[in-house]
Amino acid sequence: MSAIDRRPPVPRYAHGSRVPGWDEAVDLEKPPATVPDPALTPVPDELREAIEAEMAKYPDRRSASIPALHLAQRHHGWCSPEAIAQVACVMRLTPAYLTSVASFYDMFYLEPKAAHEVYVCTNITCSLLGADELYERMCQAAQGHDITVRGFECLGACDIAPMASVDGEYVGPLNLDDASLIVEDIDAGRAVLEHKQLRHRACADPGARSE
Amino acid sequence: MSRHLLFDRIDEPGLNTIGVYERRGGYSAMRKALQMPPEAIIEEIKQSAIRGRGGAGFQMGQKASFLPKGEMAKYLVCNADESEPGTFKDRELMQKSPHTLVEGIIITTYATGIHRAFIYIRGEYQLQADILDQAVAEARSAGYLGENILGSGHSLELVVHRGAGAYICGEETGLLDSLEGKRGNPRLKPPFPAIEGLYAGPTLVNNVETLGTVPTIINMGGAEYAKIGTQGSTGTKLISVSGDVQRPGNYEIELGMPSREIIYGLCGGPRDGRSVKMWFPGGSSSPVLLESDLDLAYDFDTMAKAGSMLGSGAIIVVDDSHTALEVMQKVVKFYAHESCGKCVPCREGTNWTLKMIERIEAGESTPMDLDILASAQSQIIGHCLCVLGDAMAMPVGSIVEKFRDELAEEIEAARERANSLAYATA
Ligand SMILES: Cc1cc2nc3c(=O)[nH]c(=O)nc-3n(C[C@H](O)[C@H](O)[C@H](O)COP(=O)(O)O)c2cc1C
Ligand code: SF4
Ligand code: FES
Repeated sequence: MSAIDRRPPVPRYAHGSRVPGWDEAVDLEKPPATVPDPALTPVPDELREAIEAEMAKYPDRRSASIPALHLAQRHHGWCSPEAIAQVACVMRLTPAYLTSVASFYDMFYLEPKAAHEVYVCTNITCSLLGADELYERMCQAAQGHDITVRGFECLGACDIAPMASVDGEYVGPLNLDDASLIVEDIDAGRAVLEHKQLRHRACADPGARSE
Repeated sequence: MSRHLLFDRIDEPGLNTIGVYERRGGYSAMRKALQMPPEAIIEEIKQSAIRGRGGAGFQMGQKASFLPKGEMAKYLVCNADESEPGTFKDRELMQKSPHTLVEGIIITTYATGIHRAFIYIRGEYQLQADILDQAVAEARSAGYLGENILGSGHSLELVVHRGAGAYICGEETGLLDSLEGKRGNPRLKPPFPAIEGLYAGPTLVNNVETLGTVPTIINMGGAEYAKIGTQGSTGTKLISVSGDVQRPGNYEIELGMPSREIIYGLCGGPRDGRSVKMWFPGGSSSPVLLESDLDLAYDFDTMAKAGSMLGSGAIIVVDDSHTALEVMQKVVKFYAHESCGKCVPCREGTNWTLKMIERIEAGESTPMDLDILASAQSQIIGHCLCVLGDAMAMPVGSIVEKFRDELAEEIEAARERANSLAYATA
């Protein structure tokens, strides 16, 4: 059963949930966090301006939640309580609201992550073509480096399966040796596996290429 | 029978810029459309009989005509979430010819009297989102977006909105909640988005490819477009083929092409010595078909008649080196992870199905469990708020049905393995 997924199961707490704190009694005395007071919540100017620019694009400012969280995550490295508070302050929303949004989406981190991230697709097509071994190899190769490796659902590039997204750059088809090359490229600050980048790939359809 | 409308010379360098796009005749459909009465455009789209390319296959012209007429806050949302496993066609179009989509959006909003449009693109598609942003900026400088486009009186604001990784945001009402800045939980329908959608206003939701075909329809004329393909499935279709084929990738075909010609002719079939064990005709949510189904025509109606669906046009080929159990496990794991958790049959059904499959692997099942597995699927289908639950239940049900003997053997083999392991360690 080599090809059956052997990834470690999702970490669960003793109470069986994936979410920490579900078995902790709620402190009913503690008032819920309100919309942060601008006077007490310093927000870096560039972050504030970028979030305000996003808010201006929509009829309802709340629509900018996801773009604003992307900005804050880029600025702070993850959606830290401080990052959430700053977004909440600029958008005039509660931190709880933004935390609920951030926790829904796979690309947001409510825990610290490394400076670089590699998503290895482990969905159907990629796994048919060896993604599970690739994922394991990637985890090993990244050990001791400033890289977060995650198994990810279909990234929409099954034509280059098995593939990975390295800091947003799609590369594939990958073999097992590419794992350490990816780490080398990241460490050196180079473009990652340039010859395997999806952006350079021609359409497979022969008719689409001819006149 | 491959025919190129959307993918015509798609790899031409610079096609993603407005200069090259216009030199090749781009935006001429928009100029033509802005001279036509809006109803005439809807009429052309209706005549083309184009069915939605995002999965459900609903006729675009019909959906557009459900929108209330007159001036009010109405919205167009282009669904570029593309997260159905196996699907990657919208990616190629947006990356290489983003103006096709922008032009389609301008024409469609003019026809429906909409002044605000959004492209909701999955957050992982960073390159494509950047290219779209660039295309939107170019179109704006050219005067094709903004106030009073080319003196037509039509105004349009177009925003590219990046998601953040959630399959359920491809479901149109989950997408709308996400675009409103919320968790992407689907909404109860009705009301359908065409009546009450984004910010509670009437909203037209269409896939990238559907909207990207509108310029072609206007250029050719709806009746002429309808001559391509089959009667119930007009036009060309972008298809994504992946898995065990030698030339995976995106192809544009005329609907109704024999599936064998796609999988073997265009894509080279499985590697030498291997044969097709099963294939998903429309993404991982579609019930699987077998090698014996390869001579079926690839169109909406034939796939439905064969008990499956054309879906998003994503063909995943599995050859005989893989077990049915392995395929099923991957499919189920995905839906269990992506269930939004709003309704019980889906949230619990996907997770219990995964547990049942893990028990098979651990050697703790008996063949009787296959009946339980199958009945769990039929209890999910039709009992959920959106069709994500069905999207797992349908392929799983079809695999249990079509590979029952193999699965029963696997159950026995796993039990024996587990037993001998128990003896060995006893
Ligand atoms: C779980 C789920 C996921 C979906 N994902 C997508 C998607 O990624 N892209 C898409 O265009 N449609 C997707 N759809 C279909 C949309 O709900 C909707 O039918 C479609 O965007 C309408 O556009 P069309 O009529 O042009 O096909 C999905 C549906 C469901 C139930
Ligand atoms: S069927 Fe599943 S994904 Fe859809 S609304 Fe219900 S729980 Fe959410
Ligand atoms: S299955 Fe890996 S990119 Fe689609």
